[in-house]
Amino acid sequence: MASLTALTPAQDLTPITIGGVTLSEEVPEAIAALMPYAGQTKALSAALKEAHGLALPGPNRMTKSDSHRATWSGLDQAFLIGPPPASELATHSAVVDQSDAWVVLTLEGKGVEDVLARLTPIDLRGGSFKRGHAARSLLGHMNAVFARDAVDRITIMVFRSMAQTAVHELEEAMKGVAARASAN
Amino acid sequence: MQIRCPLCGLRDVREFTIKGHAIALSRPAPDAGDEAWNAYLHLRENPAGVTTELWHHTAGCGAWLKVTRNTITHEILKVALVRDGVERTDAD
Ligand SMILES: [Zn+2]
Repeated sequence: MASLTALTPAQDLTPITIGGVTLSEEVPEAIAALMPYAGQTKALSAALKEAHGLALPGPNRMTKSDSHRATWSGLDQAFLIGPPPASELATHSAVVDQSDAWVVLTLEGKGVEDVLARLTPIDLRGGSFKRGHAARSLLGHMNAVFARDAVDRITIMVFRSMAQTAVHELEEAMKGVAARASAN
Repeated sequence: MQIRCPLCGLRDVREFTIKGHAIALSRPAPDAGDEAWNAYLHLRENPAGVTTELWHHTAGCGAWLKVTRNTITHEILKVALVRDGVERTDAD
């Protein structure tokens, strides 16, 4: 059989560092959408704790364990990111493999909020978007999932087909913020 | 205009898609008759004042919202998740 080379969604596009902010790609082992069945939210959270050591995040939040993180991704939905999910989770929720559907980008460094302020309508500054917070909103015209997993780091997920556009838009915003800083 | 999504918080209108009047939540019974079905499918009010509409939080949580707003003042008076306000029967 031919040996095929796997490409990541943002292959060869990152990392990019401009003015103290670095954009890089994260390639998780798996991304699974968890959508609890009616009345099963608590049971799913308990099963997640048991299997992977983290709770199901409520709206606008993310949770973390040594092996996984879970990011709220919409009404009755969270993305479990890390090694493939334990099969027991399917007792309480629909579990849908999303691994190849998203590009996961991280924006790290001082001033990540200034970069994202040029692209998204929501306030991602530290005072309102703290560590452990997550949000669904727009990155330019793209539907995105945002999560702050560290003080100076925000993870951005958009559909894989839009990886190149997302990197381009973020790079332009990074250049703009750096240019403004050096003009002061 | 901004809409306060019950899940996501106050969000810019660009994140939402409007469906139209919330009449879709009041579907007539299958045997309600031609007149009721004609009204449900084709007849709409165009109120100057308070009206209730369905908005989808497309670029947010994906929830359908029932939004009560004033078309004259653009005030948003009430926002609720559709699923909280809809009685379901087993037939649904
Ligand atoms: Zn929402």
